[in-house]
Amino acid sequence: MKSTAHAFKDNVGEALRDTNLQQSLSIMKVGFVERRRGAVERMPEFEALRDRARDIKNHALAHLDFYLERFEQKVLALGGHVHWAPTAEDARRIVLDLCQQANARTVAKSKSMIAEEIGLNEHLEAHGIAPIETDLGEYIIQLRQEPPSHIIAPAVHLTKDQVADTFHEHHSKLGFTRRLTERNDLVAEARHVLRQKFQQADVGITGANFLVAETGSSMLVTNEGNADLSNTLPKTHIVIASIEKVIPTLEDAATLLRVLARSATGQEWSSYTTFNTGPKRSGDPDGPQAYHVVLLDNGRSNVLGSEMQDMLRCIRCGACMNHCPVYGAIGGHAYGWVYPGPIGAVLDPQLLGLEEAGNLPNASTFCGRCESVCPVRIPLPKLMRHWREREFEHHLTPPTVRKALGLWAFLAKRPKLYRAATGIANRALALFGRAEGRYDALPLAGGWTRHRDMPAPQAGGTFHAQWKARGGATR
Amino acid sequence: MNAREQMLGAIRRGLRRGELAGEARAAAETRLAEHPVNIVPKRSQIPRERQIDLFEEGAKAVHATVARVASTEVASAVTDYLAANNLPAAAVMAPDPALDRYGWKDRPMLEIRRGLPVDADRVAITGAFAGVAETGTLIFTSGPDHPTSLNLLPETHVVILREDDLVGAYEEVFARLRARYGEGSMPRTVNTVTGPSRTADVEQQLELGAHGPRRMHILIVRD
Repeated sequence: MKSTAHAFKDNVGEALRDTNLQQSLSIMKVGFVERRRGAVERMPEFEALRDRARDIKNHALAHLDFYLERFEQKVLALGGHVHWAPTAEDARRIVLDLCQQANARTVAKSKSMIAEEIGLNEHLEAHGIAPIETDLGEYIIQLRQEPPSHIIAPAVHLTKDQVADTFHEHHSKLGFTRRLTERNDLVAEARHVLRQKFQQADVGITGANFLVAETGSSMLVTNEGNADLSNTLPKTHIVIASIEKVIPTLEDAATLLRVLARSATGQEWSSYTTFNTGPKRSGDPDGPQAYHVVLLDNGRSNVLGSEMQDMLRCIRCGACMNHCPVYGAIGGHAYGWVYPGPIGAVLDPQLLGLEEAGNLPNASTFCGRCESVCPVRIPLPKLMRHWREREFEHHLTPPTVRKALGLWAFLAKRPKLYRAATGIANRALALFGRAEGRYDALPLAGGWTRHRDMPAPQAGGTFHAQWKARGGATR
Repeated sequence: MNAREQMLGAIRRGLRRGELAGEARAAAETRLAEHPVNIVPKRSQIPRERQIDLFEEGAKAVHATVARVASTEVASAVTDYLAANNLPAAAVMAPDPALDRYGWKDRPMLEIRRGLPVDADRVAITGAFAGVAETGTLIFTSGPDHPTSLNLLPETHVVILREDDLVGAYEEVFARLRARYGEGSMPRTVNTVTGPSRTADVEQQLELGAHGPRRMHILIVRD
């Protein structure tokens, strides 16, 4: 997927003006948060499970090479194949080769963020292979030629009417000429169309939520059952997974799954949680004859051992974006790439570079809700702050902001001067702004006040002055 | 250097060590061999009868239907369920010999075919490897007698779960899988299924029957 993260500010403007998007977001914000809260309340051990989930992922990362090798060994022993892909380009090439070896014309695809990350669909299409997305949300946006706007609910930005229009446009040629208005009819029509696609598909491609080293299993969670059809009906099953998905044991999977479903959708357990281990066995009446796992690095090994390593714990539940006031205002597309929301603001600069995605970690109020709901306790605000620091160090911050920060730093290092300056500024702002209580424009800060008001200072002087007046300790 | 060595090398450089060795390696080997249990929620660690209740509550909460029957009542319970839901008295059933004992021949009006599902099949009947009380979840394992597609393709899935196969938590399922298939071994597919297929991809509203079954009926059988 081509990134527009560099145009974040323009994207945000568009998102705020998009009435369909704003309507969809208003539904989303309430639903996800309420459902998660209910599920957490029903599980008294939830906080302890989060701690354990964090520890499991940390352990797996610290032993990543060992568990990947063990996973590979188990898959090979069952007659499966493991392919190592250092870059996105390598992964695209490997998957295309496998599809071509299988003489594939159509591929049934189960939603995979890794596939989005490496731009797999475009690559297959360019070589005459038709990938069919089978997750309903992903299918809708594939028809509309849009990227996903949420990592677990890719079409969350669309209204029912938009879906109805899209189906009417694309399904008419398949004989479904009536424009549907009811949700259940839309789902039924998609089921019918996609069932045929499943039966025609030569290859099934799925992602993986976890890879289990103990058994060589790839694990996938869905609610629709589309991944299960993708890994059972076609003759070839290709799993694409990034290296940080590997975990030691089935017991570890159980702990992670207990926090994943609750954090993602507020379910106790996803409807379909499936362990796939190798190709079909002798005597099996169904299942794929060939089973491949493509392990993708794409920059992740660079993060190991760095101050950013915590981001590799992510299990892609989406809770951080569901609880983010910024995501809730602008939706996922504005972030401009595959991973939106707080985790996107942390991952995207790593995967795309700070020049491209440096704006994303700035889109945070540091309210901390993302960290407070993260099932594996990723310190998202801290990681965003790291990126902001690096952006400043690399001189990527706009000159006016740099100058202002420089001036502030100069003053902050000189306490007497700082107090004098803030005292004057405070009195001036209070003098001119008290009547209105706020400023909608300020000299030298037009960029800041264009989108928000600056509150006028309250009576009583600066923070320092009030602190002192109340007898607070000073150094 | 091939891609595999390149990636493993990059990982080890990040972790600032060579190949995992010594005590650290032994500890990781032990973890794989002993697969210690983490935290098992107390919810399912309750007396037997209450576990069955918990399973039933969990399954019903996700729109499955549940009935408790004696083994002699299975065939009639299936016939009654199909009639009550205006479904044809015909089903495709797993070729699992464990299902032979439920007296299907005494129900000549119920037409049963054993094997893989075809498009025309509206109802599937299968057993289950286990049921999990913690969340009302069913476990299906693939194998010669248990085609995976039976769990997925027909619109209605009738599941016969022996009460003895109902356990508290997932960890107990893993113990049974290891006992049945061996340490570190799994069948091609283990499906854990909680209720009928669903989606909330249109405006966050729940719809059943996205790709898999629209209806799931579970018979808990007491021998």
